[in-house]
Amino acid sequence: MHQIGLGIRSLMLHKLRSSLAVLGILIGVTAVIWLVAMGEGVSYQAQQQIKNLGATSIIVQTVKPSEEANRDAGSRSGISYGLLRADYDRLVTNVPTITNAVPMREITREVRRDQHAVSAQVIGCTPDYFDINRMAIARGRPLTDTDVRGLENVAVLAHEVAERLFPILQPLGRSVQVGTEFYVVVGVAAPRTASAAIGGSFAGRQYDRDVYIPISTFRKRIGDQVITVRGGTFQNETIELNQITAVVGSIETVDASADVIRELLRRYHKMVDYAVVVPKELLEQAETMQMMFNLLLLIIAGISLLVGGIGIMNIMLATVTERTREIGIRRALGATKREIVHQFLWETVVLSGIGGLLGVMIGFLCGPTVNAVRAGIRVFFPDVWSTLPSTIHNLEPRLAPWSIAAAFGISVAVGVVFGIYPARRAANMDPIEALRHE
Amino acid sequence: MNDLACDAIGEMVASVRDVTKVYRLGGEDVKALAGVSIDFFHGDFVAIMGTSGSGKSTLLNLLGCLDRPTTGQYFLGGRDVATLDDESLSRVRGRYLGFVFQSYNLIQQLSVVENIMVPLAYQRPQRPGAKDLCIRLAELVGLAGRLGHRPNQLSGGQQQRVAIARALVNNPHVILADEPTGNLDTATSMEIMDLLDALNRAGRTIVMVTHEPDIAARCKKVISLRDGRVESVRHASEPVP
Repeated sequence: MHQIGLGIRSLMLHKLRSSLAVLGILIGVTAVIWLVAMGEGVSYQAQQQIKNLGATSIIVQTVKPSEEANRDAGSRSGISYGLLRADYDRLVTNVPTITNAVPMREITREVRRDQHAVSAQVIGCTPDYFDINRMAIARGRPLTDTDVRGLENVAVLAHEVAERLFPILQPLGRSVQVGTEFYVVVGVAAPRTASAAIGGSFAGRQYDRDVYIPISTFRKRIGDQVITVRGGTFQNETIELNQITAVVGSIETVDASADVIRELLRRYHKMVDYAVVVPKELLEQAETMQMMFNLLLLIIAGISLLVGGIGIMNIMLATVTERTREIGIRRALGATKREIVHQFLWETVVLSGIGGLLGVMIGFLCGPTVNAVRAGIRVFFPDVWSTLPSTIHNLEPRLAPWSIAAAFGISVAVGVVFGIYPARRAANMDPIEALRHE
Repeated sequence: MNDLACDAIGEMVASVRDVTKVYRLGGEDVKALAGVSIDFFHGDFVAIMGTSGSGKSTLLNLLGCLDRPTTGQYFLGGRDVATLDDESLSRVRGRYLGFVFQSYNLIQQLSVVENIMVPLAYQRPQRPGAKDLCIRLAELVGLAGRLGHRPNQLSGGQQQRVAIARALVNNPHVILADEPTGNLDTATSMEIMDLLDALNRAGRTIVMVTHEPDIAARCKKVISLRDGRVESVRHASEPVP
């Protein structure tokens, strides 16, 4: 206690100098906490998106095979690739760990209502699709088995589609037009955040431009054939299913089930026109990425703490030179070298400890600061705001308790490490010389 | 008054035997002390005199355990301290010696009482009631109204009084004073000498280096050094030869 008090008092003699040294450490500690919080926030977001895919689900997607494979397999009338309805039946009957499986077919079409039109993702699916993707229905009802069995012309609109097509009117019970067919809106889905990118695309799966119709209706009204005009020629593609989402009973069986599914598909597909995505694996990859990211941030923050430490050493060396006389006096009055070392070490530790404490306090301001800056950009620079990726729009910094402990610990350690040399220099002075020092 | 000093005579508190000190300066050996033997007894009030280069500062550094003799012995507190390591020498200084310097050597950022307390911070074990002791000592040396003052708020004489109180706080066997009046005017010098005199009469052993004959004249014993040797030892009552 005495030593700490003494340390604080001699530091108070040079307020500006001491504050600058404190500032160096403060910035370092704040940097550690903020950077880690940002990193945690970003990776938490990524992990949430992956979790939205479902940790117990296995997603099998249709992938357009490479051009070479096309030439081998394709016929003049067009190419046919991707998952088959037979694949769906095979998975459901042959893989006992699968508790639920949803086939899905999608296509991009213009959806109209009177003069309102929106380019939407028309998705043919079964009622379970909503459960598996954790989608809530805001108004009306989801698709039902009866809809599927009866090949009904009914649709559930995603939130944004509903708003665009029905800016004023209530959508339930009214019709929307897809191609030449009309569908009765029976439900509107609640807004849902995007899930992680899967397969080859970088963009996460967006749910707000979807129009859901029964898969049986899709097959009957839209069909498997997709005819597109590209470069003046017609391209004829036949796809039965775009995606099968399989859910297994427990997380332990995910990997094994995925292997079985891969093997099963490999046997029936001549070319690789599908991809098996396991969100659990993505999650593990994301966790590894996060660790790497945190390590990188720690190195950056460590460098700034190092700089702070050098600042402290600089100041302590000046202090030691300035107080040579005092050191001589204390030595003459009975202080051992070790006691002198302790005295100066305590000063640096007090210095870096104060810096560390203030840094931690400012570290806690990370969330509010990020929000304030974000709000500022949105209000004053709306152009810039709109160009920023959604990661930044939604970023919530997450304070990591370990980073606070580590930052404070490192700052005190920096004080000790960078204080040792000046303190030893003080202690090793010849007391006679020190007493003579002016 | 004399009785007090007489009673104590015979009890030796410090003793140097055949000490030499050789410095190496530019490849050449310089003999600062060439065999000095002096005994100090309880209640002594000794002035060490000599011209510049006579070895009196070197002797005082050795007596103060700030330096070690090249050869010879130094008995303090019942043991030979000439060969102790640095840490033990620090402990010996803290336990057996009190220092009074020419330029006072107070710590500027500490108050009067805190300056007096400094030696106690290095005592093992720590004594209880340290602050009260320091306040009593400050009052004893005549600084009752200035306990919270900083050294730069005090006159030279007052600062030296603080230094003397500080030299007393660890109840030392010997008080070593290096030109304690060197920075003071004559009147103040005499006041400081009065204070030292009073302490000596109360039983304190004081060894003082000075080059002023009228200051030395107030001591009981005067040792003159010349070229690193003891030239003469005489009692203050004897006339200067």
